[in-house]
Amino acid sequence: MNRILAKEQLSQQVFRIRVEAPLIAEERKPGQFVILQLDTSYGERIPLTIADADTDEGSITLIFQAVGRTTGLLKDYSVGDEIENLLGPLGKPTHIENFGHVVAVGGGIGAAPLYPIVEAMKRAGNRLTVVIGARSRELIILEAEMQTLADELIVCTDDGSYGRKALVTEPLKELCQAEPRPNLALAIGPPIMMKFCADTTRPFGVPTVVSLNTIMVDGTGMCGGCRVTVADQTRFVCVDGPEFDGHQVDFDNMLKRLGAYREQEEKARRDCRIEAVQR
Amino acid sequence: MSHQTPQQLQQQALDTLASIEGRELSRKERMQLPQQPMPAQDPHERRSTMSEVTFGYSEEQAQIEAMRCLQCKNAPCIDGCPVRIDIPAFIKAIEDREYGASIDIIREASLLPAICGRVCPQENQCQANCTVGKALKDPFQSVSIGRLERYVADRDREHSGGGVPEVKPQTGKRVAVVGSGPASITVAADLRREGHAVTILEAFHRPGGVMIYGIPEFRLPKSIVDQEIETLKKMGVQIKTNFLVGRTRKLQDLLQKDGYDAIFIGTGAGLPKFLGIEGENLVGVFSANEYLTRSNMMKAYDRSHADTPIYQPKKVAVFGGGNVAMDAARTAVRLGAAEVNVIYRRTRTEMPARAEEVDHAEEEGVIFHFLRSPKRILGDEQDRVTGIECLSYELGAPDESGRRRPIAIPGSESTIELDTVLVSIGNDSNPLITQTTPQLQANKWGNIITDENGRTSMDRVFAGGDIVLGAATVILAMGEGRKAAAAIHEMLSSSGSA
Repeated sequence: MNRILAKEQLSQQVFRIRVEAPLIAEERKPGQFVILQLDTSYGERIPLTIADADTDEGSITLIFQAVGRTTGLLKDYSVGDEIENLLGPLGKPTHIENFGHVVAVGGGIGAAPLYPIVEAMKRAGNRLTVVIGARSRELIILEAEMQTLADELIVCTDDGSYGRKALVTEPLKELCQAEPRPNLALAIGPPIMMKFCADTTRPFGVPTVVSLNTIMVDGTGMCGGCRVTVADQTRFVCVDGPEFDGHQVDFDNMLKRLGAYREQEEKARRDCRIEAVQR
Repeated sequence: MSHQTPQQLQQQALDTLASIEGRELSRKERMQLPQQPMPAQDPHERRSTMSEVTFGYSEEQAQIEAMRCLQCKNAPCIDGCPVRIDIPAFIKAIEDREYGASIDIIREASLLPAICGRVCPQENQCQANCTVGKALKDPFQSVSIGRLERYVADRDREHSGGGVPEVKPQTGKRVAVVGSGPASITVAADLRREGHAVTILEAFHRPGGVMIYGIPEFRLPKSIVDQEIETLKKMGVQIKTNFLVGRTRKLQDLLQKDGYDAIFIGTGAGLPKFLGIEGENLVGVFSANEYLTRSNMMKAYDRSHADTPIYQPKKVAVFGGGNVAMDAARTAVRLGAAEVNVIYRRTRTEMPARAEEVDHAEEEGVIFHFLRSPKRILGDEQDRVTGIECLSYELGAPDESGRRRPIAIPGSESTIELDTVLVSIGNDSNPLITQTTPQLQANKWGNIITDENGRTSMDRVFAGGDIVLGAATVILAMGEGRKAAAAIHEMLSSSGSA
């Protein structure tokens, strides 16, 4: 079950794997995610967005950044290894229709979940402007894939090591200023990036969809750990989302909630390093 | 009453037995026998361990407790049991030392005696009706039916490994059971026994439902739940984990594409309710579900092994007065909280939790604030919890639940400083299956509507347990499962051979 069929390193800490998961491949739609756990006894359950699927092969593609305990272990998995537990597809799929002109913004690894949405939006007949950005050149992923889908692709880096030296909000603002305005903006990436993207599009009245990746345990609506405040209402990212109206999300509260386990996470990372040194 | 060690209790039991050796007891003498207390860990020691609080009766204690039963002809206790176990008969078998016969009598009606003996609210069910309790004018002096049930179930498990029920020849019919909590386990076992092929579809990585993720180890050891699951496997029930019906596969696809002849939905009440008060999304506010799931299913209490983090509380408030609230409070104690406060808007009498759990919580140092309810949760500029503001209440006229309605006293606000809030005010049903299955009728709370046999609005689809009842108990879920299994079997038997 859940055998790794292919593995590729996209940048220093970013990996792409193709995993055997026929049922998930068949049912998944753009915008959905899986919960993955490497060890049934003691492992943590983490959400990862589905970057692609192949129903003929019965596989899904996951792209992850090795930043935590589980992703740190997963990066050392090889082709042929099995992932003990994989649950999905979870969350509500993206609402796809022909909006007209869609601007899709992917920050860092956010380009991964953005890709299947861009693909579906393109198929629905939208004109697509894709903006992908990262801190520096080696963190830009899926440029070639996006190039084949986008009517216009803008690549930017914070440090100017590749593409335009800018934050993604700069081209986004210019696109919003143009007439006619885009009909929809999609922003997926670090929470702070999504917050500023929503702030950027708000004055122009461009509807903006964001995909949230909050702390989750079960991913099925049972724990409520993933809850966010949207339009003054408590919503669960796992069952009500992961996509919400970016103009209505209380990002400040969400950012603070994401830090709830920072001390324990840092300890886990330290322990991880100690283990690595001991090996 | 101060804590008595198991050895002290055993000595008392031996003394009692010696005093009545060989004598046929009169009704009056039976009623004079001392009720046998449940041997338990020292309250101070158990504050820092997850291992089970109660040890269970010794054989001698079970003997004496069984002798307290008057073998009433009208057996009012049976009327109090949701699955109508023949209680006087199983107790008589204990007194006769026919333990195998005793467990067989229980098993005719109940599939999970080791679990129900531990988690049933007996004081509101069988023991509420007990003649002994009535005669002694104290329902807590009733015959300890639950402890006796647990005794014979544990004894059976330890002596004969629980045994595997006989399975009839294959009927060729296939049933999918959604979820793996008490209702689903019951349906799976009953239908498998009739020879149907049964597959359990469980969303989590580990089967057992609320008995795994919700009820803590110190109240219900996971090894007992695992053994029930093992028994199902030995009977030939297939269990698929990481399978979320509604997402991994749509309900109608199970019937139309995968060829199941019937489906039972036992997905439980899984959506935690919040109060809707200010500050509920601050850092340090958790649903009891989340806190318990991290500790129980993800084993976060085992800090040297588990990858899942859990919040380290110093001062805690638990909102609510049910079993889940007690579980959350006592888990916080065990995870090292210096102070745990339970905030409940009625009084101890109205608390829905089992009396034993409330007693145990109190023994472990949990502080109860009755007739108080949170008005808002206070936080600092980092959105971390710093305290709660509560209103005091008084009890007014009884409401539709028969309990006196709490009424807020204006201007009675007071604050408690603390860093963690565990919200345990109940669960709504998980909306996933009803959302993804438009043909399935649900009420306004999202509970699936069924007839008295668990039949839903969809052909060949049945449901039971908390997804139908709203949050209830293990035994009620099991009773519902029994009825639905019988109806499914009848349907499959009358639809001709496959």
